Amino acid sequence: MEWLICGTVPEECPCRLCRAAITAQGRQLSLENPEGSSRVSIARGSAALVAAYAVTADILGIAPPFVLLAGDDGGGEGSRRVYRFLHEQRIPPVRGIIFHYFWPDVDWHSRLLPRLESLVPKPLLCADAGFMYAAKMSGYAASYDLFFPDAGELAFLADEKAPHPFYTRGFLLSEDNDAPELAMRAYIHENAPAGMLVKGGTDYVIQKGQVAARVSLPSVPELEAIGGTGDTLAGIACALLCAGRPMRDALTRAALVNRRMGALARPTPAAGIADLLEFLPQALR
Amino acid sequence: MLKGIFLKIRRHFHPDPGSAGAGMGVTLFEQTGDVIRAEQLLKEAGIPVAVKAPPSHMRKGCDLAIEYRLEQEPFLRGIFDANALHPLGFFPVTEDLPGPSSLFLYKDFGDYLMVRAANMKITIEKASGRIVNVSGGGCPDVPYLAHILTTQTLGEAEPPRKKGQSLCAYALHLAFEEAKRLWNG
Repeated sequence: MEWLICGTVPEECPCRLCRAAITAQGRQLSLENPEGSSRVSIARGSAALVAAYAVTADILGIAPPFVLLAGDDGGGEGSRRVYRFLHEQRIPPVRGIIFHYFWPDVDWHSRLLPRLESLVPKPLLCADAGFMYAAKMSGYAASYDLFFPDAGELAFLADEKAPHPFYTRGFLLSEDNDAPELAMRAYIHENAPAGMLVKGGTDYVIQKGQVAARVSLPSVPELEAIGGTGDTLAGIACALLCAGRPMRDALTRAALVNRRMGALARPTPAAGIADLLEFLPQALR
Repeated sequence: MLKGIFLKIRRHFHPDPGSAGAGMGVTLFEQTGDVIRAEQLLKEAGIPVAVKAPPSHMRKGCDLAIEYRLEQEPFLRGIFDANALHPLGFFPVTEDLPGPSSLFLYKDFGDYLMVRAANMKITIEKASGRIVNVSGGGCPDVPYLAHILTTQTLGEAEPPRKKGQSLCAYALHLAFEEAKRLWNG
């Protein structure tokens, strides 16, 4: 079974269930549907996630992902088109679904979750970015299987009073707070799922609030500054999960591969994610 | 040139019009972008307001409210009418509402500096003030804003809250202003 990636992109993009492929130039995604195809640039965000998944899937010998993306410049209309599609249209049987860049909408999230939970077979439910915010702010984070927060987002999950990362209280954002403490705090308050991959100087694989693995090498500090590196990490992890790797192994390997990709690219903080993706096949081998 | 970047963490100041329970109210809008615009107009008019999360029973998701002293309400209405802004209403509040995250974090990469506000990060080239990367966030306008900001300098780029429509955009705006403050020395 395949994987479904749902999200938004800043350019025009019709909301259609597609198959994704990367164009020969490696800088664009080609989204194929019987009604037509469209192209999206791989600069960051959901397009970077799809690209990393597609490259990893190709190396692993599994099918490319199903993709449901809509154009959204921030007003939320594209996000609502995807919410509506998922609520009303048939969702193909998949091993897992990741929800990514979305306008965080508590009402739409609450309408959608029962549908997702009723899918047979029940897919692994993963969330990152705006959809992860919606899951936490609606009080249903624990209904998911996997989140991909960075340090700031983990502090938000750990802050039981914050309705959005923008409102995270300062004492939780301080660098003195370490990820394991915050992960446990988020889990205890049911603001985190059983699985998390916390992105940062050290990547933490969290299972039920406890640290299951840490990955800190190779160390490439510049990755934190480069938009899209968290998205590629999520894409690699989902492809490994779809290939049947157990959660802990998949997340640990994804963290390692993403770092290797960065180390091979030797980027400055001014690099773009497409520059790094060229090295993903080598990092996976 | 960039001076005084040795502080690793800095709290930023949010003007507070008063304290909850002492005759405070909030006004809400359908679109977060309208709240950002309204806040700017009110501040330009010298009316003490603060952006806060809406009261818990009124939250829908990516929300922002403007907190004000109740006696200022007629001034708010006048400014909104004059600028074709249509709030959902004006509501008295009795609870302490969460405000924006008040912490900046910095990472020095030698030729580059990264500033983080809440979940948003902006990285500049120190010598030129050029914005080289934007990362973090999860609202759909982040990739859009990142696209238009990168390669521009801090001096020439339009502040993110001009085109931003989400709380992530607002956090990016705070990081942008802090980077600009540091770069201007």
